[in-house]
Amino acid sequence: MDIALQQLVNGLTVGAFYALIALGYTMVYGIIRLINFAHGDIYAAGAFLGLSLYALLALLHIQNPVLTTLLALVVSMGCTGLLGVLLYRIAYRPLLHARLSILISAIGGSLTLEYGLFLIYSPSFLVYPHLFGRAGPALGDLAISWLQVIIFVSSLLLMAALYVLVHRTKIGMAMRALAINQDAARLMGIDVNRVIASTFFLGSTLAAFAGVMTGLYYSQISFLMGFLVGLKAFTAAVLGGIGNIPGAVLGGFLLGILESLAAGYFSSRWKDVVAFVILIVILVARPRGLLGERVVERM
Amino acid sequence: MKALTTQPLPFHRLVPVAAVVLLAIGLPIFGTPYLIDVGTLVLVYIMLGLGLNIVVGYAGLLDLGYAAFFAIGAYTTGLLMVRYHVAFWLTLPAAGILTALSGIVIGTPTLRMRSDYLAIVTLGFGEIVRIAATNFTFTGGPEGVYGIPHATIGRLVLRSPQALYWLGMAFALVVLVGSYNLARSRLGRAWLAIREDEAAAQAAGIYPVYYKLLAYVLGAVFAGVAGSFFAVKLTAINPSSFTFIQSVTILMVIILGGMGSLPGVILGAAVIIILPEALRAFDRVRMLAFGVGLIVLMLLRPQGLWPSRIGQIVKRAVALSEARAAAEIAAGAPTPE
Repeated sequence: MDIALQQLVNGLTVGAFYALIALGYTMVYGIIRLINFAHGDIYAAGAFLGLSLYALLALLHIQNPVLTTLLALVVSMGCTGLLGVLLYRIAYRPLLHARLSILISAIGGSLTLEYGLFLIYSPSFLVYPHLFGRAGPALGDLAISWLQVIIFVSSLLLMAALYVLVHRTKIGMAMRALAINQDAARLMGIDVNRVIASTFFLGSTLAAFAGVMTGLYYSQISFLMGFLVGLKAFTAAVLGGIGNIPGAVLGGFLLGILESLAAGYFSSRWKDVVAFVILIVILVARPRGLLGERVVERM
Repeated sequence: MKALTTQPLPFHRLVPVAAVVLLAIGLPIFGTPYLIDVGTLVLVYIMLGLGLNIVVGYAGLLDLGYAAFFAIGAYTTGLLMVRYHVAFWLTLPAAGILTALSGIVIGTPTLRMRSDYLAIVTLGFGEIVRIAATNFTFTGGPEGVYGIPHATIGRLVLRSPQALYWLGMAFALVVLVGSYNLARSRLGRAWLAIREDEAAAQAAGIYPVYYKLLAYVLGAVFAGVAGSFFAVKLTAINPSSFTFIQSVTILMVIILGGMGSLPGVILGAAVIIILPEALRAFDRVRMLAFGVGLIVLMLLRPQGLWPSRIGQIVKRAVALSEARAAAEIAAGAPTPE
């Protein structure tokens, strides 16, 4: 039972990362029906930008862990958001109506980001600053760090903020309109390009947040970190029902927990297979996901 | 259509064909062992490209885990030859059957889905195969299978670069002729119809799932055969040859060349293998250039370097009939044909 609880806690932490990244996949897919292959690498770019910020702040002798983390988060999220918009502008916008070409362009974007990070930063692992120790709330035998609490709570807050943004603001309404019918939305005077670009911006900021938090949590990052996590986050989005925002959150946490339990009870070597087996089973048995609506093949 | 496919090749189209044939024959005679080895690798990617071309180019299904079938073929031959001392030629049907079976198992449930979901499932399948090969002990774990014997024909051991080259050439030619005939068969026309308009194809009595499955399984078998050859060529295989990047590289072969086009696949394979070899000095930026190249190619020339003639003919015919219809409307009176 102890193992199960402990793995549940770890699963919720990893699940928060998956959920944050899955939101980016699901929002983009919901609006332009594109599997944004490069999204996992956007997350990696966020982690690397955060690391640069920490290094810069250390040079400026700003030591307060809370202040540096907040600054690193905000700047990394902003820059990564712009990176996402840039990716959309260059690699996706001219190809919006060519489904196969845009997917291949997305693979190209993914490779470009990965090996761009490889060239700019390092081919090996880079170490993140240790700002938060292992200490945490005392809960019997459970090992929970304050960092895990922060990750979980702040992720939930961000997801809530996103929900409010999508359902209570004008731009959110435009996004939902676009997801239903792009042509009709355009006729209603919605600036389609701007709305798509904002979607990329939002998704990328969430991924950057997950990236910086991943760095702090695992204390090391690498230029290829986004590939596998990106695939799993996409799995999470499909699991919850692609295009569905609460679904992405549910799928992310569920995948994190299932994977952690599998690692705890079987072997961590097979951990990565779990996600893909879930993906295939879900796509075959219930392609619309847990919360998704029925999707009709568009002609 | 018949008149278009049976007319003799005009001179300007004969020249590149003759050049390729001369180069292919001259290389093993005059080339250094290194060059011959590069040539053999090009042949492997021609086989892989032709197989994936059936799936993506003919049937229009995006497969991002194609390296999995390549791996299954290579491991089948490698394991049978090393562990059970089976002769190479007998491992070929085994590799074919195993890849066909895995193609059916993974294809049957997934080919009904949206095309981009299929891309992800195949990607997941590719990763599962690679992780399984790394984790199982009977596949040799991360070290893989080594000490794979050479292929033999009677007493002749195919060990030298030249012998491997000719073996590869024989395989590639069989696959090439097979692909050529498939494209012009009833099957090929069914695939073309599904790719261009699935609903219309279905209305015309073509059952899409069946034909898609056939394309998927045939593509898998082609990759399996390429894998068998790959195993006896390298005499050692390990999971690192069968990554996602490998699948993308094979995809790149057909996209670069032009989807559905056989000369395109050959050109694409040559460029994909020779260009990185020529750029060895710039090893650090190779993958970056690859990624940027994919985007640029999609933006500037999505039809590839040597696009399919069949695709062009269809497009031209559609454009012509549309223009004629527009002209009729403009003329105000429909003219009977």
